[in-house]
Amino acid sequence: MNWLAVTPIIVLLVLAGVVALADLWVRDPARLLTYNLTQGSLGIVGVLQLWFFSEGMTHYAMQRMVVADPMSHLLGLFATLAMMVTLVYARPYAASRDILRGELFTLSMFSLLGILVMIGANNFLTVYLGLELMSLSLYALVAMRRDDIAATEAAMKYFVLGALASGFLLYGLSMMYGATGSLELSEVYKAIGTGQINKAVLILGTVFIVAGLAFKLGAVPFHMWVPDVYQGAPTAMTLLVGGAPKLAAFAISIRLLVESMSGLAVDWQQMLIVLSVASMLLGNLAAIAQTNIKRMLAYSTIAQVGFMLLGLVPGVVSGNTVSAGNAYSSAMFYVVTDVLTTLGTFGVIMLISRAGHEAEMIDDFRGLARRSPWFAGVMAVFMFSLAGIPPTVGFYAKFAVLQALVTTNVAGLIWLAVAAVLLSLLGAYYYLRVVKVMYFDEPVDIHPVVGGLDVRVLLSLNGAAVLLLGILPGGLMQLCAQAVVRMFAT
Amino acid sequence: MPLLSLAIWLPILAGVLLLAFGRDDRAPAVRWAALIASIASFLVTVPVVTGFDNTTAAMQFVERHAWIGRFNVWYQLGVDGISLWFVPLTAFITVIVVVSAWQVITERVNQYMGAFLILSGLLIGVFCALDGLLFYVFFEATLIPMYLIIGVWGGPRRVYAAFKFFLYTLAGSLLMLVALIYLYYKSGGSFDILVWHRLPLPIDAQVLLFFAFFFAFAVKVPMWPVHTWLPDAHVEAPTGGSVVLAAIMLKLGAYGFIRFSLPIAPDASHRWAWLMIALSLIAVVYIGLVAMVQRDMKKLVAYSSIAHMGFVTLGFFTFNPLATTGGLVQMIAHGFVSGAMFLCIGVLYDRVHSREISAYGGVVNTMPRFAALAVFFAMANVGLPGTAGFVGEWMVILGTVKLNFWIAAIAASTLIWGAAYTLWMVKRVYFGAPANDDVRGLVDVDRREFAMLGVLAVIVIAMGVYPKPVTDSMQVSVAELLRHVAQPKLAP
Repeated sequence: MNWLAVTPIIVLLVLAGVVALADLWVRDPARLLTYNLTQGSLGIVGVLQLWFFSEGMTHYAMQRMVVADPMSHLLGLFATLAMMVTLVYARPYAASRDILRGELFTLSMFSLLGILVMIGANNFLTVYLGLELMSLSLYALVAMRRDDIAATEAAMKYFVLGALASGFLLYGLSMMYGATGSLELSEVYKAIGTGQINKAVLILGTVFIVAGLAFKLGAVPFHMWVPDVYQGAPTAMTLLVGGAPKLAAFAISIRLLVESMSGLAVDWQQMLIVLSVASMLLGNLAAIAQTNIKRMLAYSTIAQVGFMLLGLVPGVVSGNTVSAGNAYSSAMFYVVTDVLTTLGTFGVIMLISRAGHEAEMIDDFRGLARRSPWFAGVMAVFMFSLAGIPPTVGFYAKFAVLQALVTTNVAGLIWLAVAAVLLSLLGAYYYLRVVKVMYFDEPVDIHPVVGGLDVRVLLSLNGAAVLLLGILPGGLMQLCAQAVVRMFAT
Repeated sequence: MPLLSLAIWLPILAGVLLLAFGRDDRAPAVRWAALIASIASFLVTVPVVTGFDNTTAAMQFVERHAWIGRFNVWYQLGVDGISLWFVPLTAFITVIVVVSAWQVITERVNQYMGAFLILSGLLIGVFCALDGLLFYVFFEATLIPMYLIIGVWGGPRRVYAAFKFFLYTLAGSLLMLVALIYLYYKSGGSFDILVWHRLPLPIDAQVLLFFAFFFAFAVKVPMWPVHTWLPDAHVEAPTGGSVVLAAIMLKLGAYGFIRFSLPIAPDASHRWAWLMIALSLIAVVYIGLVAMVQRDMKKLVAYSSIAHMGFVTLGFFTFNPLATTGGLVQMIAHGFVSGAMFLCIGVLYDRVHSREISAYGGVVNTMPRFAALAVFFAMANVGLPGTAGFVGEWMVILGTVKLNFWIAAIAASTLIWGAAYTLWMVKRVYFGAPANDDVRGLVDVDRREFAMLGVLAVIVIAMGVYPKPVTDSMQVSVAELLRHVAQPKLAP
């Protein structure tokens, strides 16, 4: 038993308990102690992840239920960072809306715990446990503003559809278990490799697993919850749902589809192509029609997820896995940079919001370039990044995925890349519209943009990161490639 | 000294600093800072021209650093005879733009100046990039400042024009991105443009690549029938935006043809040259006729730009050294002449706030000095011998005669169309009795405006009388390019 491998998870669990207890004695309405304790705990977990990643070893723990490999450490590090950033952006927003309670911090930590468990899962049950831990925390977080009708409705939708998705996934996993007789990912992989298993059961299981994952990722046609939850939830909770959990959804997609079911790649790749093209088409088209910026970003997320899924498609080409490392690391780069940009976007939305005023409509950004040239610039950087215009990191994310498709030299995949770029052209329109509203229109709201120093500095850093990674993307690309290649090595 | 990097990053850095620290209550300081930065950026490009070696077709002033190791992308810069002159041209036009905005732009001065300085650096980057991905990054990044320039400081329909500009050009270049990645794959993992030049490719791949590049560059040139964004963008853009658009940004498309389409897909280029020639002739004749019926001066000059760019693409696709050099000379000459034409319209617009031809008449009576310059630039636009506009057109026509007399004859008809629309506008705007009180109240150009137009006039004459330094530096590179393009490089 290798306890070392699960240290970050255990440390986070203990610290989350400490924070939950400590908060009972906090009388301060600003919850400064709880906040600082939470950020400190997350910082410790982040440092641990970084340390393990730099060692670059792969360990299994708890009867091979959990794996600690470079990919889990890297994604875990990013998820932890994303959670820290989210809490910085969320604190003033939550304080002015009377939802700055101890539960916000405890539940956030537990959802991160679920994320880390998912990222490090090596067993069907671990995947499911982590997923439920994360999801249940998030349902509660979305419902935290319980006197708000929209938020309550969003929480209900999220819960019902999320439970359905978990059901799909569990059903698929149980079929896999029934067919292969194992819950462990690598055992399932070997069993499928023997070719002795009833293909019909495997395919049926794959369908359910892919559907469950698509639900969690928010891919069309399993995307219905995304716009409602993004719009209805308080913006801080939207970010909690739309930030770090995306990394976890990506991680279990890799763990399940690639690590255990790459023998069935031909089948699930077909499904992903359909999901991805439908997501890009519907996401981009529906986003154009939105007037609410959170709902627009929800559809934009659907489109982005579609593009990311394209990166998983060229992993196995005619039974050959030469391009797998390239493809999966491109998808990973895509999802990491997408989370980075999403964090900043919602950060700006929360900054513009004031007590009693939600900056939810695109029109609330009218003339922002006059009210605050700096943050209008930061927001413009995020928008250009989401649209995939260089020199922002979003361009390299799209570039990485496109090159993964084109370098397979399969005509069908090259045409898929052409379709993807044309669909992203649709996307450019609505991102540009936000820039237009900020720069070309006169302000209607003349309140100066005020925010705490921490929020302003972090938002500026976030914008700078999107821009700097757009000028020098090589390092992060290399890290993603390393993580994925090491995963294959074991 | 990494001169090219300096030429790219000096204006970008200055622009970023202006954006970060400039404020409207310090507008005069911002203007001076922008002027100093733009002049410094121009001076940096001078040694590139003076130190250029005319006797070799190889890339010069090469810089090469690893950039994105994972995809073998290099930060690789260099100029040859084809791209050389666009570097100083861009930097010089930026100086002019800064001067032209001196009293005109009073709001968000730092953002205006910053956007143009950044744009200038990015444009120079496009001309210097020798790495496919680096080229694409610069090529696309230029859209952002131009989009903001049109949208923030533009006319009444600026939003429509800005979106049309952005989405049109983005649509074209996205296909090029796929083409670049395909070349990366085919060349065994290299983004080096010079490696791509030597890469043998089967004919169907060449044709697909040719059309991917065609869509990207034809939109940018712009060629008929994908030109419709240009008149809108020109009409709505502020004067500086129009100047950079006409003088530099249109050249990106033509430059793309000669740097990518011709050498990378030479066989496809030969096979589809008829299409390019046909579209160029349509631009020359049909767009020339369209220009004639315009009521808006800016629209007229915009259409005239499309017609002139038709000459450039015609010159490139006749595969003849004289015509190709002529096309390049035409690009540079048109940069100065069309820039000057738009500045002239800006001078009038700042005073009367109308671009309608019918709002003017008899301007020469109240603004004699200005009218002299404006008529001179109009003559250059027509292609009067002795001005820069003549040299390129003449070379293209001469070169085309060798290919086919009738094509040359149709192209030469531009001398009629061009004269017709330009001189008719000149007659209606400048000559005759003062048409209304607006014109009667006009004040002649001040020293700033006179200096800015005067410098351009001197350059236009100098290039028209003695184009030898320009053509000499192009000769070897163009000969080498055509030698390369003449050889089939088909792969089985």
